[in-house]
Amino acid sequence: MSVVTDPVAPTPAPASSRGRRLRPAYWWLLGIGGFIALLSLLERVTGADDLTSAGTVGATLIATMPIMLAALGGLWAERAGVVNIGLEGMMILGTFGAGFFAFTYGPWIGVAGSVALGMVGGLVHALATVVFGVDHIISGVAINIIALGAVQYLASLTFSGVEGGGPTQSPKIGDVPTISFPALGDRLGEIEDTNWFFVSELAAIARALVTNLSVLVLISLALVVLTYVVLWRTAFGLRLRACGESPAAAESLGVAVMRYKFVAVLISGGLAGLAGGFLAMVASSNYREGQTGGRGYIGLAAMIFGNWRPGGLLAGSGLFGYTETLGLRQGGTSVRALLLLVSLLAIAFAIWQVRRSNFTTATVVFIIGAAVGAVYLSIDQVPGDFTRMTPYVITLLVLAFASQRLRMPAADGQVYRKGSAG
Amino acid sequence: MTRVLRALLGLLAPLLALVAAFAITSLVLISAGDPVGEVWAEILQVPETRNLANIVNQACVLYLSGLAVAVAFRMNLFNIGVDGQYRIAAFVGAVVAGEAWLPGYLNTALAIVCAMAVGALWAGIAGVLRATRGVSEVISTIMLNFISTSVVAYLLREAAVREEGSNTIGTKEIPEGSRIGSIPLAAADSGPGVEVYGFVVLAILAGVTYWFVMSRTRFGFDLRATGQSTTAAVASGINVRRMTILTMMLSGAVAGLVGLPILFGEAYSYGSTFQSGLGFAGIAIALLGRNNPVGIALAALLFAFLEEQSNPLQILVGVSPEIVAITQGVIVLTVVISYEVVRRFLTRREQSRVARAERPAEPAEPAGPAETQDQETRA
Repeated sequence: MSVVTDPVAPTPAPASSRGRRLRPAYWWLLGIGGFIALLSLLERVTGADDLTSAGTVGATLIATMPIMLAALGGLWAERAGVVNIGLEGMMILGTFGAGFFAFTYGPWIGVAGSVALGMVGGLVHALATVVFGVDHIISGVAINIIALGAVQYLASLTFSGVEGGGPTQSPKIGDVPTISFPALGDRLGEIEDTNWFFVSELAAIARALVTNLSVLVLISLALVVLTYVVLWRTAFGLRLRACGESPAAAESLGVAVMRYKFVAVLISGGLAGLAGGFLAMVASSNYREGQTGGRGYIGLAAMIFGNWRPGGLLAGSGLFGYTETLGLRQGGTSVRALLLLVSLLAIAFAIWQVRRSNFTTATVVFIIGAAVGAVYLSIDQVPGDFTRMTPYVITLLVLAFASQRLRMPAADGQVYRKGSAG
Repeated sequence: MTRVLRALLGLLAPLLALVAAFAITSLVLISAGDPVGEVWAEILQVPETRNLANIVNQACVLYLSGLAVAVAFRMNLFNIGVDGQYRIAAFVGAVVAGEAWLPGYLNTALAIVCAMAVGALWAGIAGVLRATRGVSEVISTIMLNFISTSVVAYLLREAAVREEGSNTIGTKEIPEGSRIGSIPLAAADSGPGVEVYGFVVLAILAGVTYWFVMSRTRFGFDLRATGQSTTAAVASGINVRRMTILTMMLSGAVAGLVGLPILFGEAYSYGSTFQSGLGFAGIAIALLGRNNPVGIALAALLFAFLEEQSNPLQILVGVSPEIVAITQGVIVLTVVISYEVVRRFLTRREQSRVARAERPAEPAEPAGPAETQDQETRA
């Protein structure tokens, strides 16, 4: 865990500006490389050989994207100071949007439809929180209730009686195009089979990236980069973030705070809708009731895990997507292998804490690590119910141990009224 | 004058919210091309006695859920985890009651206490995380919801007894002596099903206790004070961390009661088909009832009424009953918005009154209050 959180943590300002620019990139490479090496080692030690197979990597990519898009939606809203618990509801709207529009007009219109319906949810949230000053959590909860009801109602209205459809699911819908380089994939597959330490794992990852890669995955990843550029490298982004840090100050400098918040929440809804669309179109091939399965909430958690930063939320959603995938593929064996990793990391963390004379934390963490290790030794397989709750437990643990290092936008969740700057 | 106006507006706000919610739902129905008139005629007709019993039963469950959320709300804590808390608590209650270590109603009492304790502990995790690590209780309770789903599913499989000839698994049935009898609603000859849970009495008792603790004890005062201003609470010597943990635990303990009316009055065991999603309805109900024990009861009755009356919609009018979920969700939004509108209206009135009163004394400076008033109008 610490491997993943490290690059996320705000780097202390180094002496030269050149060092500052290079450092995060190094951290990223180091973190990812280290993580792969650890998994590779773990595979050798425990014999859980599905930890880094190309299939797992591919499935992880598919599982990560909806969470990441939802998290990105959360990022846009919260950077502008609006908490968005309604992500789940907007995602639900997105799944239906994709199902309906893709079924009627084809896949790309389906993508647009999922974004549009997500934005409708965002519009409601923006109206309630920005215009009427409703508590953000209340509005979000209401949107989740409304979206679920609305989609169930609409689905039974539109899909009942259609061939292959019904009140709880749409007919099969077309997929967006995928990209494949079969020759390269086969070559990489050979390397993967050689089972060299670290190299075959890298090959597996590369192979997953060149085999049946959905265009929507590329678009989603591009959106992360785009978000970073827009929010951190443009005047628009600076103003938007100012609305989340100190709306009164922003307004006194002439920023139209309400308009920025409104736009941010709309974009947030659109991204959440796209997350739902991804679930319906890429992760499966039709709209189904209950398809989101709480991924909107996990996206929110991934965003917090990522310290309200695009790179961080990518790491967070990757972690959740990975544990989710492991739970589905030979879950028992793979998650058991992860237990060993968690146990060793916890013990290492405890030793580090002892060296920093932080004895209470050290004791607690050591006991947890030892307990996890004991569980690892005493069972052959983790029961399916436990593999399913891994992402949530990880979120809780990360929040419990890293919350002091996380910093949310200063005015996040506060209702701002125009003219408060005085 | 102002007091009368306030009371009047206090009544007007929820009414306004209801009207707006019904209007929006109608708009949805119209744009979908469904028969609006027939839908409302079906929902708003006077319920039969049998339906009335169902409404009261469902309201009893929803009331407890709303109460659990309200406890935390009073301290500005958002217990989104009632859903997980009541399921894990009902499961433990079912196991304890099913084992029947004690005879008769002693067994029932033990099971209730155990369920409340489990609910309190489960919510307490979020309380401790908030108090000691500063973790937002919104996120942690959401995560705990998912975790409790898995934990209960796992434990259920461990503790389950499979009923013969059925695929559903459940805990051991509660012995007859420990069940809570029903109260007949109408004359005894109306037949079965016209009875309400005996647990309704306990729910009312819980409401009275809530009112008493919140407004008549020092603990309740501390709780509300902390909710309104943490700094003021600290200044007056309240241990905010302790209060946070205690409040979450109290909220969880009430949440532990939510599943029990169903358990002791109808299902007699906890199975994979046990009603879920009651916690989220509780949030809406607590908001609608403004954390007031009577208000929550009215809100719970309204929600139960909408649910029960919409059940036959699919068969009779061919409209999916989920349409009331839209109504319920919209009510939550409109109720909050209309209270806010009323509050702004009263503030503005107050300001212009003050401005009028001050004008003869200081004719030179009418700008101050007038400017704020202007902003109120614009915003």
